[in-house]
Amino acid sequence: MTQGIARRFQISTLAAHLVLIGFTLLALAPTLLVIMNSFKPRKEIFGAPLALPSFETITLIGYDTVLKRGDILHYFQNSLIVTVCALFFIILFGAMAAFALSEYRFPGNRLIGLFLVMGIMVPIRLGTVGILKLMVSLGLANTLFALILVYTAQGLPMAVFVMSEFMRQVSDDLKNAARVDGLSEYTILFRLVLPVVRPAIATIAVFTMVPIWNDLWFPLVLAPGESTRTMTLGAQSFIGQFITDWNAVLAALTLAIVPMLILYLMFSRQLIRGITAGAVK
Amino acid sequence: MATSAQRKPIRWHIGVLLAPAILIYTVIMLLPVFDSLRMSLYGKGPDGAPMFVGLANYTTLLTDSYWQGPFWNALWNNVVFFIIHMLVQNPIGILLAALLSLGKLPGREFYRTALFLPTMLSFVIVGFVWKLILSPAWGVSKTLLGSVGLGSWFAPWLGQPDTALITLALISVWQFIGLPMMLIYAAMIAIPDELMEAASCDGVTGINQFFKIKLPLIWPSIGVVSILTFVGNFNAFDLIYVSQGALAGPNFSTDILGTLLYRTFFGNQLQSGDPFMGATIAGAMFLIILCGVCVYLYGVQRRLAYYQM
Repeated sequence: MTQGIARRFQISTLAAHLVLIGFTLLALAPTLLVIMNSFKPRKEIFGAPLALPSFETITLIGYDTVLKRGDILHYFQNSLIVTVCALFFIILFGAMAAFALSEYRFPGNRLIGLFLVMGIMVPIRLGTVGILKLMVSLGLANTLFALILVYTAQGLPMAVFVMSEFMRQVSDDLKNAARVDGLSEYTILFRLVLPVVRPAIATIAVFTMVPIWNDLWFPLVLAPGESTRTMTLGAQSFIGQFITDWNAVLAALTLAIVPMLILYLMFSRQLIRGITAGAVK
Repeated sequence: MATSAQRKPIRWHIGVLLAPAILIYTVIMLLPVFDSLRMSLYGKGPDGAPMFVGLANYTTLLTDSYWQGPFWNALWNNVVFFIIHMLVQNPIGILLAALLSLGKLPGREFYRTALFLPTMLSFVIVGFVWKLILSPAWGVSKTLLGSVGLGSWFAPWLGQPDTALITLALISVWQFIGLPMMLIYAAMIAIPDELMEAASCDGVTGINQFFKIKLPLIWPSIGVVSILTFVGNFNAFDLIYVSQGALAGPNFSTDILGTLLYRTFFGNQLQSGDPFMGATIAGAMFLIILCGVCVYLYGVQRRLAYYQM
């Protein structure tokens, strides 16, 4: 009897593994296929697309074309500047507002909180027409700063919401002891409270970083110029130019995938913990 | 006490702390959204200056022979896009979450990481990768299908008007399957073990256990996933733009509201840009998303039963 249960259990575990392996293959195969073929000569890309690149024929000709022609490094740098600066402002301004809302009682507190958090439900893209007008009138069209401002605005509502939830849980005794010691409110926020809410900061960083790095819409609309092109927009226009040169297209795609892949493998633990903790809370 | 009768000193730091967030959020996000909505009530006057026209633009969008065709087409395609996500992405997401949360399944961290990977890639990468894979010129998918004896099934799915939209929706499902999976997985591992043990003792096991106990407990998460899918789908643009271009070919069969908005506002080979009609389409999208959110908040969320665990 117990043996029967154990066997049934094993069969169901096996079935679960089979289904999961199937979907895992489906999730990984397209990316692997592109990376693999980017190292093959043209004949093999078409002749044997599913084979691994062999040592005799391995080639970097696609990478050569791409790196000679395009400013991939420059695009990469632009994306990095935009993402890091936006993230910095989101966390700084978000923490400041969240601290004010969660720490002090003042008239209009709840109203301001609602006003800020409402933005989670308003898709900023629908304001594109107005944002473009605004940026042009401020002389910021085709600058990275315009992108940083837009992404900061887009990320703030979520940041304020998540951080004020976390900040409410920081012990009052700690803060009051600091006040007795004569620390200013700013010192309390930056020296005491921020280090305590590090998990919230990690969650926000991971959640806002990916959409900013991957966004195509605002770079296309606000900063399409060559000097301000982000990685995503650069890859898009770049691959378009090479559409018949398969070596170059596959190499360009690989170059666009690899940074994201490395970042993901480095932070996947935090990311997954962030999602699961956020949902359980 | 004397001190409490005195007026408290103005706490300047509250203002200083709030000001940057409120300023940036209001100026860069809220005002432009409202400005766009306001602009949808204006049109080009006889002297070229903007002129208030009330709801005339919306009437034009819904009834004018030049506009109504593309608008209803894009809206319908968007609805199809959303339905495919709800029917394919969410059930598979629930299935994967259920499998991952089965006891102590070895290797589940690996599965989790791998299945979430496509979500991290940009639309540009996803669009091009699939375009290459499905391209008849490369023939990878034909070879793959051929190896399981289904070679004759292959067709240039992205190039045919009647399959392009479904193919794109499935590509998008492929990319985002990780999100419902993770959110529902989080809800499932929050279910206390004692509850499941008690169920097992009462003879509720296997599939029954899933439908009778786990599913009712995760309905709120499924609700959240659905509204996220809705807002995401009705804002979608990137994937279609990357793989089919601004004209959302073939023959507009993959045109959704996002691409229609882009084309209308910035113009394209077929027409010059029209900021007023662009704003009108943005306004329509805003109303649709608002309706969806309201249906969720008042129709769905209130009826859900929340269990304290």
